[in-house]
Amino acid sequence: MKDRTFRQDHLLGIEHLSVDDIETILETAEAFIEVSSRDVKKVPALKGKTVVNLFFENSTRTRSSFEIAAKRLSADLINFNSSVSSLKKGETLKDTVLTLEAMNPHIIVIRHSASGAPHYLTTFARSSIVNAGDGFHEHPTQALLDALTIRQRLKTLRGLKVAIVGDILHSRVALSNILLHQKLGNEIALVGPPSLVPVEFEKLGATVYYDIRRGVKNADVVMMLRVQAERGARNYFPSIREYRNLFAIDRPIFALAARRAILMHPGPINRDVEIETSMADSDQSVILQQVTNGIAVRMAVLYLLKGEIHEALN
Amino acid sequence: MDEKIKAKIMDDKKMKRTLQRLAIEILERNREADKLALIGIQTRGVHVARRIQALIRELEGVEIPMGILDITMFRDDLHKHEHQPAVKKTQIDFAVEDRDIVLIDDVVFTGRTIRAAMDSIFELGRPATLQLAAFIDRGHRELPICPDFRGKYLPTARRERVKVMLQETDGKDQVLIMEPKGF
Repeated sequence: MKDRTFRQDHLLGIEHLSVDDIETILETAEAFIEVSSRDVKKVPALKGKTVVNLFFENSTRTRSSFEIAAKRLSADLINFNSSVSSLKKGETLKDTVLTLEAMNPHIIVIRHSASGAPHYLTTFARSSIVNAGDGFHEHPTQALLDALTIRQRLKTLRGLKVAIVGDILHSRVALSNILLHQKLGNEIALVGPPSLVPVEFEKLGATVYYDIRRGVKNADVVMMLRVQAERGARNYFPSIREYRNLFAIDRPIFALAARRAILMHPGPINRDVEIETSMADSDQSVILQQVTNGIAVRMAVLYLLKGEIHEALN
Repeated sequence: MDEKIKAKIMDDKKMKRTLQRLAIEILERNREADKLALIGIQTRGVHVARRIQALIRELEGVEIPMGILDITMFRDDLHKHEHQPAVKKTQIDFAVEDRDIVLIDDVVFTGRTIRAAMDSIFELGRPATLQLAAFIDRGHRELPICPDFRGKYLPTARRERVKVMLQETDGKDQVLIMEPKGF
């Protein structure tokens, strides 16, 4: 095994990672999978470190996944929930983070509706910052856990065709995945209505399709995105019924993909909107494996960042 | 750090004889072979353990279960490294509960790796006995740990390094003592 060194202080996005960094994270995650299969699911690697979950947007799965990951590494974890915090009382993001930092945490995991919020924190914070989703920008740990799942099932991360179907425009999951597969040199097909898949995405090295059959054809990985009704996605197409007729995945369409293709979804799924219910529960679906891998990937990220207090960037 | 070879301690023939003796000693001490299991410590301890497993198979015709242990997560010096050391796989497919476990490593030195390995094993269950086999014991212990089975005791200076090379990882079986250049 190549001896790799991870030199990042933060995990802000796939954008800032090298292919070596990505592989180091995945290899470390592979080693952590075993910890979760033990009776005592705990190792002392981050004993004495404090991780703050700072979530300004609703999230159950990502927040609990980071929480379980931190606890399995023996770190202490604080959940900071914006709805019950001083933000409601008018405190700025910077003041909130400075206040938290006065308690000397080692790692801050942040989710925020503003794209770039995690980057902003690195300009003054001394902790390691982990982006758990920022606006329409990036969600790096999701793309990494997707990559781990692909590698487990297809035994490779190279030479693949990856089709991403749905609301590409508003999806940070899509962008992180596009950046990751672009770095790995994979073929990327983006599928959805023109209103949600602007042709500008081709500048990232992807090909845009408005016909799901063409996009999914011979794909090794079919990644469905959720119709984000809460973000106003429904203003971008005439009706859910039309969207389902044109862009939902069902068996006949999935049959066009490569023979051993896998079906992914970052969750939560809308059954019978973007994904036909029998497809979601099929053998080709790896949706629950993605969730399990999420813990291992987040453990790897927390472990590799180490949680060392350092100088702020400026 | 630049190193040079100070001495060659063993060649492949000597290593083979020593491994055979270790296999026999382990069997001699553990009469109930069905309770016995080997656990190799990543990376070279794993290959030493595989060899001992194969020798036991040749000698007695029994297959002793063997597991792989990575102790990185249990190290006591994680905070001292500039970058986090790589985590490798742990794979122990048998229950350690009530078994006679022989931990195997290529070199025992300060004893800190073994301390970490013991902590790690106890997270998995409570073995009946836990024994230690080290191919080379080079002294300089910092903890009260002593191998039950010792391939060779090799007094060394602290600045030196014992290099156990194996066919599987290094293309060649030999044991060398290395010292920094300029000594």
